[in-house]
Amino acid sequence: MKVEKKTTLTKNPFLPDPARIVRVYPLTQDVKFFQVRLVDINKALAFQYHPGQFAMISILGAGEAPFSISSTPSRPGLLEFCIRKTGTITGAIFNLKENDLIGVRGPYGNGFPIEKMLGKDILIVMGGLGAAPLRSVLLYCLDNRDQFGRVILLHGAKCPAEMIFCQEFQDLKKREDLECYLTVDTDDTGQWEDNIGVVTTLFPKLKAINPEQTVSLVCGPPVMYKFVIQELLKLQIPKDQILMTLERRMKCGVGKCGHCAIDYIYTCLDGPVFTYWDVIHMRELI
Amino acid sequence: MKIVKLKKSNLHPFLQAASQDAELWAPVRQKNNKHSFQPIKDFATIDLNYTRTILPPRKLFLPPQFNMFQASLQGYKEDFSHVSPKVIFGVHPCDLHGLLIFDEFHRQNFEDPYYLKAKENTLIFGHSCWPDDKCFCQSTNTHLVEEGYDLFFSELDDYYLVWIGSSRGDDCLRLAPELFDESLSEEDIKGYIAWQEKRNQAFKLKINFFAMPDLMELRYHHSLWEKLGQACLSCGSCSLVCPTCNCYNVQDQPLLSQDASNIQRCWDSCMLENYSAVAGGENFREKRSQRLKLWYTHKLQAYISKYGKPACVGCGRCIATCPVDINVFTVSRALEGEEVEAFWNRLAKEVNP
Repeated sequence: MKVEKKTTLTKNPFLPDPARIVRVYPLTQDVKFFQVRLVDINKALAFQYHPGQFAMISILGAGEAPFSISSTPSRPGLLEFCIRKTGTITGAIFNLKENDLIGVRGPYGNGFPIEKMLGKDILIVMGGLGAAPLRSVLLYCLDNRDQFGRVILLHGAKCPAEMIFCQEFQDLKKREDLECYLTVDTDDTGQWEDNIGVVTTLFPKLKAINPEQTVSLVCGPPVMYKFVIQELLKLQIPKDQILMTLERRMKCGVGKCGHCAIDYIYTCLDGPVFTYWDVIHMRELI
Repeated sequence: MKIVKLKKSNLHPFLQAASQDAELWAPVRQKNNKHSFQPIKDFATIDLNYTRTILPPRKLFLPPQFNMFQASLQGYKEDFSHVSPKVIFGVHPCDLHGLLIFDEFHRQNFEDPYYLKAKENTLIFGHSCWPDDKCFCQSTNTHLVEEGYDLFFSELDDYYLVWIGSSRGDDCLRLAPELFDESLSEEDIKGYIAWQEKRNQAFKLKINFFAMPDLMELRYHHSLWEKLGQACLSCGSCSLVCPTCNCYNVQDQPLLSQDASNIQRCWDSCMLENYSAVAGGENFREKRSQRLKLWYTHKLQAYISKYGKPACVGCGRCIATCPVDINVFTVSRALEGEEVEAFWNRLAKEVNP
């Protein structure tokens, strides 16, 4: 029997697109900021995503891993990532310079449900590298300011030198349409002018919250979630209006490799953004 | 569906005609007396008197290791060298169901071209079987098969009833139409029905799959998982032999001769320790009991909730393979709370003799 090779398929979802590093600079000692642009200008402009989605970045000779997109789709053309040096792949990324080539696939994941957030008060709570995915939604809200109610930002870091986007957020404090609160656990410089203490110590400073009207977005180190969620529940924000974005091992980003499976869902398809209700309902999430 | 008759003596001439431009694969008895799907040079080596092969036929579509593409600074070059025209003969109903689950999985959301192209280039000839004491496909409702094959050979006395399952299967018959008999006698039909009834009575192992999603939920925090975790060797054999396991890892293999890498895909197992580990040291399933729970959640609960059928086709490979007897049967009995003590006692003896 003659079996013919047929090609009925469209795009190969595993093939990256070449992208060039346009700009790179350190945010802290072990976190760098990367601005990249797909080499193909048409693809660069056509790359549409939602805040909270992620992309797979590959480095020749090192491998591929998922990273949340820190830029906002309201400023198309360039993609931004905050990457902490923790392993082989991020180690290789750290050695790259401006104009070097990487591979990018995506965007993947559900992202934040922007349409459900329209008209609502947005309370963003970020800790450490949790600013990476949440900066996307923060900038999105600021770029579309009239479509949201209050926008409140709580951002915590271990110390001033560890605060990523420190200057960017300091500048944002000048905006009158943003309630911006920054804090560090300890100030080793003696020059920190904002709050000192963990991120939950910022909650008493907030002006009265209308819980039904508020959507809260949380991302940070695992230890932070428990305490922040307690505060949000104290404010009586409904469990399905508390959104969090999670990290999992991923090898494909498209629901095939299995690594990010939790119960019957795949973090790469059904996440990485989940509600607090999902989290208590599905156990293994955090 | 059209059904024709083929004398057993005509089988090899037919396979000869059908595999002219393709590689024929069929079960072959190995030195350890287990069977394995192998490429066939000599028809005499085909052994249809088998219950289950060591690995399910999915190895022919997504091999244990293959290159997905070559990456270099100049760009990316797709590699489909694992795809070649094949005819697989002798696939049992459970494995056909396994491939149907694979089809669905690799088509949904994002189409996986590495599986789908290999599938398009393969003709599948199913074959009837007889259950042993480890088969429980009747419980998963996968002991009969209506789709997922091009031809299906039901073995009766000295002939086969051949079910034509696809247009390509029909084309195959036309390559040697003189070998087939289109008219079935009343005796042939009665003979088949009698065989089918006898086979239905032959299943010994039964599992109540439709109770499993609730039991998985109700016993999620039960101590049985800790006990299973203590016994589990974390070897990954259960997932490597499972017809519905698809997890894989991706590796960047640099080529020494040039500034390029082969991006390689290889089988992975959720039983292995680093399966859920992320950079920075966090491991979401560090304990063996957590990893067992993930596997059994997938097989016994998650897929049923989503698709109304278990992600298990009753092939019995996990029963035949696990060195410490942790398998779909023993775990389902443990979940039902039956005969657990005997199982634990035996496990304890094996673990601490």
